[in-house]
Amino acid sequence: MIALENVTKRYGAQTVVDDVSIRFGQEGVTALIGPNGAGKTTLFSLVGRLVRPDAGRVTVGGLDITRTPSAELAKVLAVLRQDNHVAARLTVHDLVEFGRFPHSRGRLTVEDREHIERAIGYLDLGPFRHRFLDELSGGQRQRAFIAMVLAQDTKYVLLDEPLNNLDLRHMTEIMRLVRRMADELGKRVITVLHDVNFAATWSDRIVAMRDGAVVADAPAREIMRPEVLAAVYDTDVDVREIDGRPVALYYG
Amino acid sequence: MTALDRPLTSTPALPRPTRRTWVGVLVGVLLAVLAVTSLFVGVSDVSPVSVLRGGADGDAAFLLVASRIPRTVAVVLVGASLGIAGLILQMLVRNKFVEPSTTGVTEFATLGALVTMVFFPGMAVLGKMGVAAAFGLLGTWVFLRVVRVVPVRQLVLVPLVGIMLGGVVAAVTTFVAYRLDLLQSLQQWSQGSFATVMQGRYEFLWIAGLMVVVAWVAADRFSVIGMGEEFATNLGLDHRRVVAVGMVIVAVITAAVLVTAGIVPFLGLVVPNVVSLIIGDNVRRAIPWVAGLGAVLILACDLLARVVRMPYEIPLSVIVGAVGAVLFLWLLLRRGSRAH
Ligand SMILES: Nc1ncnc2c1ncn2[C@@H]1O[C@H](COP(=O)(O)OP(=O)(O)O)[C@@H](O)[C@H]1O
Ligand SMILES: [Mg+2]
Repeated sequence: MIALENVTKRYGAQTVVDDVSIRFGQEGVTALIGPNGAGKTTLFSLVGRLVRPDAGRVTVGGLDITRTPSAELAKVLAVLRQDNHVAARLTVHDLVEFGRFPHSRGRLTVEDREHIERAIGYLDLGPFRHRFLDELSGGQRQRAFIAMVLAQDTKYVLLDEPLNNLDLRHMTEIMRLVRRMADELGKRVITVLHDVNFAATWSDRIVAMRDGAVVADAPAREIMRPEVLAAVYDTDVDVREIDGRPVALYYG
Repeated sequence: MTALDRPLTSTPALPRPTRRTWVGVLVGVLLAVLAVTSLFVGVSDVSPVSVLRGGADGDAAFLLVASRIPRTVAVVLVGASLGIAGLILQMLVRNKFVEPSTTGVTEFATLGALVTMVFFPGMAVLGKMGVAAAFGLLGTWVFLRVVRVVPVRQLVLVPLVGIMLGGVVAAVTTFVAYRLDLLQSLQQWSQGSFATVMQGRYEFLWIAGLMVVVAWVAADRFSVIGMGEEFATNLGLDHRRVVAVGMVIVAVITAAVLVTAGIVPFLGLVVPNVVSLIIGDNVRRAIPWVAGLGAVLILACDLLARVVRMPYEIPLSVIVGAVGAVLFLWLLLRRGSRAH
């Protein structure tokens, strides 16, 4: 369970995360939605111990993140950030191998190697494994980062806008993979998504944020209502039923 | 995501591992050949024949043990460790254009050496090195503080800031040396030369060698640090501690080289960049390459310094500076010509 209790984060006068209390970890896949600047990335940073809260407490699997050694947390929690720029010339294989660092501390065991192979296989990166990251397309690179997080083999996985840079087919592939991570490997994935239709299709629960607060938190189907989406995004959204599934129409 | 994702067509003709093996063998052979040549090149006649003819007590054998072997070992240690100092600093700063002499570290260490000249003129070399290392550490710290405000992706701005920082410190050093009439001796030893390296006067360089071992042991941590603080934290690494270890490695190597061989510019910058092109930046994989190539490059430069104006020696910094600048330019142009 990831639990935030009355967590607040301010930047100067601006309160970016405002007294948020929420728990993640019951459902396999949770989608976090909300307009730009709602505080989604900051929420992830607070959980991922990159930003210290001004108030409140964060626990991951019962461990208080301010008191637990970072190396311990790295075995239960993996966070993939929104914009990843790795300047170092590393190959896909190097990157995935470093995902094992919390477990291997640099000495790979047979088990580590199995995890590396599985992650590369899951993301279909076999043909690219010896390519340098700067020789990949944006989508391939994004898959390499996800493979790294997968190799880290943590119960909790936080993905911040993992569908950036991906074409339609790869977006679907990543969401299918996220589902498999939850259903086959028992992981708890929380992912920031901008496309509410993807969120509705692939997640069990949708959490909506706005202005630093959680404004809606319910099973996907209940979020997919015009009045809820309009309140979250401050814009008109039509929702139609297509083949028994709610589909949001917001193209103008 | 299966059938559509074939590798792009630009796969190199030779599979990478094969090509790497060949380059690796080449570097190894060059290293051996140059090291042996270095033993037998100089003003006095020391050749395998003369050593054998003179026997263990002959002049040639004496020169070999007292001067040529120490010099060759010193050159190899300097080349290897300077390359590693550059590599580690580049991972800490996440910038390929930094090395001790483009970050002010060398200048700080030089100031430290001057301080020992002024206040403790009789100090043993080891003490001098310690003070220089402490100043180098301070320099690394100052530099890391200053570049924190420079965006990581401003690639060229970072070394520019470092060079300016070094310029200020160097100016202070020069001014103090000038007022105290130490300018000439300062210039003399900072110019860089292995001519004075002899038995009993180079052994501190093993401390630099030790730092290479430390870097190798912590290699994966430096690779992860090179991916940025966010990745490092996610993987459970104590970012500050790894940075601190890296700073010590850089400062100690810089100081050890400075007090034994003077300022050797560019090497720490050029070598890791060349290696990066061949095998990338995974530190564990890069370390033997950087060490080997650094040694090869500086062995070649030192040989040139000895033979160009025989029987005189050209300052090493002149040769390394010229060779390094050309290589650096080539790297810059190459980088610019790449698509991204
Ligand atoms: N380091 C920072 N310093 C100041 N303001 C910040 C910082 N990081 C984020 N913010 C602000 O916090 C708000 C929330 O940002 P963020 O969490 O990135 O939103 P989201 O990911 O939902 O788009 C934004 O208004 C942003 O400008
Ligand atoms: Mg964001």
